[in-house]
Amino acid sequence: MKTSELILAIETSCDETAAAVIEGGRIIRSNIVASQIESHKRFGGVVPEIASRHHVEQITLVIEEAIQQAGIQKEELDAIAVTQGPGLIGALLVGVNAAKALAFSIGKPLIGVHHIAGHIYANRLEQEFEFPLLALVVSGGHTELVLMKEHGSFEVIGETRDDAAGEAYDKVARTLQLPYPGGPRIDKLAAEGEQSIDFPRAWLEPESYDFSFSGLKSAVINTLHNAKQKGETFAPEDVAASFQASVVDVLVGKTIRAAEAFGAKQVIVAGGVAANRGLRASLEEVFADKQANLLIPPLALCTDNAAMIGAAASILYHQEKFADLSMNARASMPL
Amino acid sequence: MNILAMDTSNQLLGVAIVKDGVTLGEHVMHGHRDHSVRLLPAIEQLMKETKTTPADLDRIVVGQGPGSYTGVRISMATAKTMAWALGIDVIGVSSLEALAHQGELFSGYVCPFFDARRGQVYTALYASNSDSFEQTEEIVNPLFSDWLEQLREKGEKILFLSPDIEMYRSMIIEVLGEQAVIPESAIHYARPSVLAQIGAERKADDMHQIVPNYVRMTEAESNWLKQQEQQK
Ligand SMILES: [Zn+2]
Repeated sequence: MKTSELILAIETSCDETAAAVIEGGRIIRSNIVASQIESHKRFGGVVPEIASRHHVEQITLVIEEAIQQAGIQKEELDAIAVTQGPGLIGALLVGVNAAKALAFSIGKPLIGVHHIAGHIYANRLEQEFEFPLLALVVSGGHTELVLMKEHGSFEVIGETRDDAAGEAYDKVARTLQLPYPGGPRIDKLAAEGEQSIDFPRAWLEPESYDFSFSGLKSAVINTLHNAKQKGETFAPEDVAASFQASVVDVLVGKTIRAAEAFGAKQVIVAGGVAANRGLRASLEEVFADKQANLLIPPLALCTDNAAMIGAAASILYHQEKFADLSMNARASMPL
Repeated sequence: MNILAMDTSNQLLGVAIVKDGVTLGEHVMHGHRDHSVRLLPAIEQLMKETKTTPADLDRIVVGQGPGSYTGVRISMATAKTMAWALGIDVIGVSSLEALAHQGELFSGYVCPFFDARRGQVYTALYASNSDSFEQTEEIVNPLFSDWLEQLREKGEKILFLSPDIEMYRSMIIEVLGEQAVIPESAIHYARPSVLAQIGAERKADDMHQIVPNYVRMTEAESNWLKQQEQQK
């Protein structure tokens, strides 16, 4: 099996219609993302049906552009990969059926990829992995600590018991009446504010690597509500700074403890929230003098994209873990 | 000309291979829960049995709905991606029209419909006689009770075709009595070869632009529009 295989990857799990061509699991030949953010803005969040409709409108356009920008003919592809789950089922189905149709039409193998495996493998487009590796996956739908001892093996050692970190960001942003998407806005506000409010940190049991953000979210909402009733106000930037400090403390605290406990050589931060500057700064500070090497991908590879799916698919390609044409999309799916 | 036709917009999953007007094979499955699992394997199997390779295909005809939003997207995403990959034409045909054509030999009006929940249907109307078959009412999404009142005024015999006929049989007879013709047979299920036959004559759609005919805007959009109206 050749090592410089060309994989066309498709990702439609949420509100980005994306396609990419990846060479040998590490080289981005093209990475096309058609974002729908503008369409969902007025609703204050992603509307699944609208997302699915946009995917059908965009799907062949992004595939075509990915092939063209890669400067190849589709016949040169070695496999077709697609996000199989988890995600919005209607949205996933568009990508999965397009991928099956393409694989069948040009007679190439089909590979189903886990979205979170994709987020982790986004880093391999920047730097080769060294094991054991610890990944902190933080996004709108996920907050997980994943241990990898070798390629393609994922052990979830901690996960959220309620809200994902990104979800908490969105809800707090809504409470502060910030426009969608709220996460980046809170990050920006936080940089201008002071940590003047002491919000709780949910450490859970001492040995646990799990997360919980719903208590924090409620604390923020209650604090603002009580203040309002007393006729007091908090500066939004101070609320943002205090909220973010609580999230970042817990994320960083658990990550560093896990990294040391498992002797991680690399610590990878993955998912949309990896773009958060407060989180990045804090991780960089804490890991500066540690043995583990901290890796955070550039912004374009943190948010949803298909390049990361192609990178993760390369491992499955070499393991010859192919899907057949009855592959289905899965809204929830174990890593 | 080799045509691959497919439709997954309602309960039925249908795939057909038609070569120069001859139906080489059809695959029909009932039950709309796993169209995504079954569609491509059905296409693969049928093509194998009819000794058709993807490269032999000249055009793809796809049922454009209306129907289940998710269902219609499964065949649409499949059809347009196959058309793109093979560099061949894709043609969208109304799933109601394909069903209506099964009443081609009828003399009078033909009313195909699909249940759209909460008493609503997706429907249209066709006028059929020995030498013509044409659409007289565009696809609409009315309350079925309102639609039947409208049909009563036509005064002529009306043939009803629908996979959901049993849900509405008594309502139809109540409003239209003798004016309604309801066949008892498998004719209520659109054959995918009919889809191919209709699409054989049509001008190709733009493979990038073609989308399902949802008929309705999304709930989020219509609620948003209502809100905007109220704020005025
Ligand atoms: Zn993601």
